[in-house]
Amino acid sequence: MSDLPLIQADRAVPPPAATTTTRGRGRRLRLLSGTDRVVITLMVLVPLLLVVGLVWLPAGATVLLSGTNWDGIGPLGEIDWVGLKNYDDVVNIYPPFVPAVQNNLLWLAALFVVATPFGMFLAVLLDKELRGSRFYQTALYLPVVLSLALIGFVWQLIYSRDQGLLNALLGSQTDWYGDPNVNIWAVLFAAGWRHVGYIMLLYLAGLKGVDPSLREAAAVDGSSEASTFFRVVFPVMRPINIIVLVVTVIESLRAFDLVWVINKGRNGLELISALVTQNVVGEASRIGFGSALATIMLVVSLVFITLYLFTVMREDRR
Amino acid sequence: MSSATLTRDPDTAAPPARRRPLRPARVVLHVFLAAVAVGWLFPILWAVLTSLRSYEYTATHGYVSLGGWTLDNYVTAWRTAEFGKHFLNSVYITVPAVLLTLFLASCVAFVIARFSWKFNIALLGLFTAANLLPQQALLIPLFRMFTEIPLPAFMSDSELLYDSYWGLILVNVAFQCGFCVFVLSNYMKALPHELYEAAMVDGASVWRQYWQVTMPLCRPALAALATLEVTWIYNEFFWATVLMRTGDKFPVTSSLNNLRGEFFTDNNLVSAGSVLVAIPTLVIFFLLQKQFVRGLTLGASKG
Amino acid sequence: MSRPRTEAEYLARLVPPSVAGLNRRSLLAGAAGAGTLLGTGLLAGCGSDSDSGADSKTVSIGSNASDPTPKDVLAKLAAGFQSKSGVTASINTVDHNTFQENINNYLQGKPDDVFTWFAGYRMRFFAAKGLAGDVSDVWGKLSGFSDAFKKASTGDDGKQYFVPASYYPWAVFYRKSVWQQRGYQVPKTLDEFNLLGAQMKKDGLNPIAFADKDGWPAMGTFDILNLRINGYQFHVDLMAGKEAWTSDKVKKVFDTWAGLLPLHQPDALGRTWQEAAQSLQQKKSGMYLLGLFVAQQFNENEQDDIDFFTFPEIDSTIGAKALDAPIDGYMMARKPKSETNAKKLLEYIGGADAANIMVKGDPGTLVANTGGDTSGYTALKKKAAELVGSATEIAQFLDRDTRPDFASTVMIPALQQFIKDPKDIGGLLTSIENQKKSIFTS
Repeated sequence: MSDLPLIQADRAVPPPAATTTTRGRGRRLRLLSGTDRVVITLMVLVPLLLVVGLVWLPAGATVLLSGTNWDGIGPLGEIDWVGLKNYDDVVNIYPPFVPAVQNNLLWLAALFVVATPFGMFLAVLLDKELRGSRFYQTALYLPVVLSLALIGFVWQLIYSRDQGLLNALLGSQTDWYGDPNVNIWAVLFAAGWRHVGYIMLLYLAGLKGVDPSLREAAAVDGSSEASTFFRVVFPVMRPINIIVLVVTVIESLRAFDLVWVINKGRNGLELISALVTQNVVGEASRIGFGSALATIMLVVSLVFITLYLFTVMREDRR
Repeated sequence: MSSATLTRDPDTAAPPARRRPLRPARVVLHVFLAAVAVGWLFPILWAVLTSLRSYEYTATHGYVSLGGWTLDNYVTAWRTAEFGKHFLNSVYITVPAVLLTLFLASCVAFVIARFSWKFNIALLGLFTAANLLPQQALLIPLFRMFTEIPLPAFMSDSELLYDSYWGLILVNVAFQCGFCVFVLSNYMKALPHELYEAAMVDGASVWRQYWQVTMPLCRPALAALATLEVTWIYNEFFWATVLMRTGDKFPVTSSLNNLRGEFFTDNNLVSAGSVLVAIPTLVIFFLLQKQFVRGLTLGASKG
Repeated sequence: MSRPRTEAEYLARLVPPSVAGLNRRSLLAGAAGAGTLLGTGLLAGCGSDSDSGADSKTVSIGSNASDPTPKDVLAKLAAGFQSKSGVTASINTVDHNTFQENINNYLQGKPDDVFTWFAGYRMRFFAAKGLAGDVSDVWGKLSGFSDAFKKASTGDDGKQYFVPASYYPWAVFYRKSVWQQRGYQVPKTLDEFNLLGAQMKKDGLNPIAFADKDGWPAMGTFDILNLRINGYQFHVDLMAGKEAWTSDKVKKVFDTWAGLLPLHQPDALGRTWQEAAQSLQQKKSGMYLLGLFVAQQFNENEQDDIDFFTFPEIDSTIGAKALDAPIDGYMMARKPKSETNAKKLLEYIGGADAANIMVKGDPGTLVANTGGDTSGYTALKKKAAELVGSATEIAQFLDRDTRPDFASTVMIPALQQFIKDPKDIGGLLTSIENQKKSIFTS
């Protein structure tokens, strides 16, 4: 990487329509000075080494370990290779795996269909010049800031079968956390509660960046507020829409902490990441088996990443 | 136009026509938002209320009751979990980790946004995907690696990356870089290119373009990311407990576990401790809220 | 820079981790070999601190005693040890849960000289893997421990690796006042137990408080039924993976349990043990099978109202003398900085002076050493000590008696599945057996 090729400066980004510029449209090749090359190399290389060394290298090791039955104890030399046995076990004799996959998909669907749009909707409402907007923002964002210990307890207070607020108010005896047909929905509600604030904030920030004159122009045309949003604002927000989308996918794939703090991801609350943790972290130390689960998760993540990059690349080519 | 968007103040840029006297629609809007906000706050307030009650009372009468008010939980939590010491540990970890994350991520983002070379997409993918990996899965290889990397004694009394703040900071930086690169590169791509044209004419080096042209313009985005990153790294407790072995070095979120008993847990006490732990993140949020909302424009203003 | 201990280790560290393949392994093996040749004394001298030579005056304790009372007691023990031996004991406290979750990594990193742990499979496993130090010579100087405790401290190779400090029994707890008021009698057989449960139900009580949100409390029920129906030796063999889970013997345990389930508090999977214990405390439930720690859920003035009995006999040829009574104690790291000091500390902790400090300081524990002065025990604790003293065999609890991976990733979900749907016992046992085979053969 030290011998950088001729750097192509000036990406082919179309110039903003309103600016009159003398800049040419074509790509110009410019020879950078030696110092500049060193600086660029360092700027990329240092973070790259860190991320490759501390994230990708261990990730590679995890893939390798998924072919072993290692228990995490003793020298690496004593590791036995068992081939694809762990994957076979995951699929065939490990009861929580299928529910975990289903729950992850459900999680993605719930966030994608309900929580993310609701967060975006709230952001649009809050984008108006409102009195008390800061208060609303803070209230919605608070769940994102609070530590997990508190969040877990907050929902225990509400969902507890014997002493929870919900059953007291409804006069019911629903086992919100224990009934495997109910608890995933209860948890999804809590997850949505956190997710909405996060999305609201990201989207609100994006909306603040939209040029108001666009909206005014549309308003002059006599468009309704809703149609202004969908026809004018929404398309302009493309980059942030992508961010929100990616964040939603990330959050649902990595979803973990809520179910972990409730019952360590068991009994109806299985999620792949929780299964990985149950097997790898803690006393269980089924490193090989857990790594197989992690590798499956890795592959799924990479599918989404590739899709995202593909979109970005197409965008850049245009 | 995009440069105009960047410098405009959203508060004053709003056209006067939008400040109208209260209309029915506005009232409905306010009622709706207020209802949502209260709905959102309610569970938290309920927990905060609980933290102000004695366990003996709530254990006997249940949580859906009133009475047993006390501040003892806060005093006990502070003392039992030794928050004073652990808050400081959290500062040692969070501040350098956030600064380093932002610096390194902005470097990569700058190169990705400023120059067009064939590795760009791969680089972006490498960083963004790193953010997607399940962290728990990487624990064992990382742990092994950390026990093999020596540190000089003046850097850590463990003489290893294991059980040192350095290791913890590096792990946090490595895992948070992805998101920041992703956001910052998007943001930087939206910066007008004329800026660099001018800088090049002046003969500014790449470093000066980064440090003196790009970074000041990214201040809002950086402030926003700083808030998010402080929250995330501060609340992070997983790596601290697995990559450290000395209880006294744990950050405050990990020491919160000291309030949980081996068998018996006084949930009201844990609640009080959690409220105490949440205060710094709230302070940061309030301080940076304005920057935040103005800042995370994320390059959406290409117009 | 830190100092490599041997030349081999020095060479080994020059190899970057990324290429740590066979070469590195053999180098490390060489390092270990060279270390053995040099002798432990020298090795200990090259520990992380330059001032911690073999004759140093410090010893470190890795402690999971994060609850205020046990933490206080350990501090007092350390002070007592210092005044007796002149060696300073520093305590590294990590909360109980984190300590237990990280034990594998902790022991392979830089463990403290002495650390808290418990008797059972895991203790023997660490001993067999060379992660814990042999303390047989300390046992030569200890007195006041019953044979059961010594056996529980012994590894597979017949040497001792563990010094017991405290223990607690599992039994069926109830409130005396409730039982007196209703005229309930302690049941002696399963039939009487069933009748009592039916009577309680008639009286508007939950007969048996029950909670399994966290997964482990139900293990206690399984253990005691298995001990009563199949006996201690079967329990040990089953936990060691030697018996088939699909056998009729195991099936009978689940069948019996299924028969008792209607007497249990419903919807157990969403409830914590504390909530279940509160139902006992609030006189809504008649009894509760749990460890002695259930008393922590009761108020100060209610402590005298708690009583218990051991689970009744099911099979008269097996009797009702075996029970779960997990033992907590201390172990020594494989390479303590100063083995002399570590052993001195363990000897002190296993002695009568330490036992007295524990009795006085912590009303919640039963002290393992019978040499301690137990006149300060409450009636409840005296009875608990008698119960364990009269037990013919002591089991350590399911998750301490078997492989932890099997206990947490197979048994917890399986028992929860059973509680959810007690009908399909056959399918459940087949699933357990399949997973057991895969885990125990690895």
